[in-house]
Amino acid sequence: MAFTNEQLERYSRHILLKEVGAKGQRRLCNGKVLILGAGGLGAPAALYLAAAGVGTIGIADADVVDLSNLQRQIIHSTPDIGHPKVQSAKETMQSINPEVNVVTYHTFVTADNVMDIIADYDFIIDGTDNFPAKFLINDACVLAGKAFSHAGILRFGGQLLTYVPGEGPCYRCVFKEPPPPEAVPTCRQAGVIGAMGGVIGSLQAMEAVKFLLGKGDLLTSALLTYDALKMEFRKIKVPHRASCAVCGDHPTIDKPFDYDQAVCDLDARH
Amino acid sequence: MNITVAGIRKQVPADTTIADLIVSEGVETPEYVTVSVNDDFAEQSAFATTALREGDSVEFLYFMGGGKLDIRF
Repeated sequence: MAFTNEQLERYSRHILLKEVGAKGQRRLCNGKVLILGAGGLGAPAALYLAAAGVGTIGIADADVVDLSNLQRQIIHSTPDIGHPKVQSAKETMQSINPEVNVVTYHTFVTADNVMDIIADYDFIIDGTDNFPAKFLINDACVLAGKAFSHAGILRFGGQLLTYVPGEGPCYRCVFKEPPPPEAVPTCRQAGVIGAMGGVIGSLQAMEAVKFLLGKGDLLTSALLTYDALKMEFRKIKVPHRASCAVCGDHPTIDKPFDYDQAVCDLDARH
Repeated sequence: MNITVAGIRKQVPADTTIADLIVSEGVETPEYVTVSVNDDFAEQSAFATTALREGDSVEFLYFMGGGKLDIRF
């Protein structure tokens, strides 16, 4: 497929890069990335991936836009309040780049549907904030052999880890299992600085782009931490855990499952 | 003895254990922190009995949420 003049102009700053070129841009245009959560992390990731011309971008979120989201979820605007986040996200992405095919999943992602949803994608971005979801995504991606980007943000901090099958640890290698509800601080209780989603969500988009291009080193054996108050990035080496329940030598998890706490918290939310 | 904690060199008493360090460093939610020593994970059950050694490099890895406030998503 040859690029049109408009495409050559739109993607010119990519095509100029020796690591990208026309060939790399074609890879991006043929790429499929899934973003789970159209929130603080998913918003910037979705904007950059749409702008980059990633051909198919899936975005999953069951929620509607709330006024308290707008301090950081820059894909949504004030008139979107009350509208499904996936719809608002899709409109913004297609306004930036009408060429991109945006697939929306206006649903909770659970053990019952996660394997079907991730099946079509090359790379998955975890933009969720709760631990049951993070472990569900991790397990599903490990079992399906999919690369994904984990990220978390809280207060003035952020963290990032990329999983690629067969290369380095998964999220469960590092953290084993979710903490009990309310055991560790969450954004809802403790807050998060708005631009943190921009920093860390953009890094997730960067990992997705590098993965699609097949260029550079992915963050596969280290947890990157960012402390905005100290203005410090650190790469902490993390090993694969031989006893990991999903990717270890004798795995005990052979299909994705939902942690019960998700259900109670879901009930408590209403 | 000298050890490195989260990239910063520190002096700690000899025979300091991981559990001691968790207290002296004021680690938030110590029950849910992942600890690595010299780039290998330390098991929670051994925190109180694992004495650190001169030159060890210790990291604390914390649970961190994300950009989305919902349970599931």
